[in-house]
Amino acid sequence: MTFSTKTSRRQQFWNSAALYGFVALGGTIGSCARYLVAVFGQILFGSGFPLGTLFVNITGSFAIGFYAALAGPDGRIFASTRQRQFVMTGLCGGYTTFSAFSFETFQLLRNGHELAALLNIGLAPSWLVAVWLGHTLATRINRLKGT
Amino acid sequence: MDIIRGLLWVALGSIFGALARYWLSGAVARRVGETFPWGTITVNVSGAFAIGVLGKLASTGHGVFATPDFWLLAVTGFLGCYTTVSSFSLQTLSLARDGETARAACNVLLSMVLCLSAVAIGFHLTSMFLS
Repeated sequence: MTFSTKTSRRQQFWNSAALYGFVALGGTIGSCARYLVAVFGQILFGSGFPLGTLFVNITGSFAIGFYAALAGPDGRIFASTRQRQFVMTGLCGGYTTFSAFSFETFQLLRNGHELAALLNIGLAPSWLVAVWLGHTLATRINRLKGT
Repeated sequence: MDIIRGLLWVALGSIFGALARYWLSGAVARRVGETFPWGTITVNVSGAFAIGVLGKLASTGHGVFATPDFWLLAVTGFLGCYTTVSSFSLQTLSLARDGETARAACNVLLSMVLCLSAVAIGFHLTSMFLS
């Protein structure tokens, strides 16, 4: 009896659909979290400088860097493609936002707050520091002795 | 509660934003290869253009585009989920770790310049269209 190793087109379709499903689910959760941060940020700090967006972009970058290392090839945890897409493309992707950053910077410029706009742009590298920090921390964790 | 209502709009928009980002960034990456994160740039720049358009429409104060519910659905929900900083950050880091520092720097500069230009262009084009 021959053993077929080819996944049927139907299996491929459902596999793909499952991935899209996990991305959509993670994205929705991430987005809702971002919305809640914005709401509470508004309550706590008012509508001046876009701290809410900065916060989600920094923490989201940290999270994706951390998870990518932890679940990566040299990582401590094994993660299926579905889990990786759920966390990285879904959760982190939905939680962070470039559109809000762009619009808020534009609004600051339009309303005459040029310095604040420049500050917002100047703080963008903090996202990159965050992703590097997350990645480095998880790499250290990966290298700890023991199972 | 207002927050619950807000969450529902955001969640609804996010579903489609996530699906759109996953599909489009994947389609672009399959087309041009994955040596440079063109897929992420595509969603971020198109999303920035779109928020410029919707931002101008909202500022007119008229119609559905100026309602908070629509903003939550289309901007906080859809565009917020459609665009991403986490992928941008991770891809920049990967380029840098692979020794592709020039490409990493280009990703940062290009993303910033294109996105900020796109939001302004979207906004002003819409202004012109409306007047």
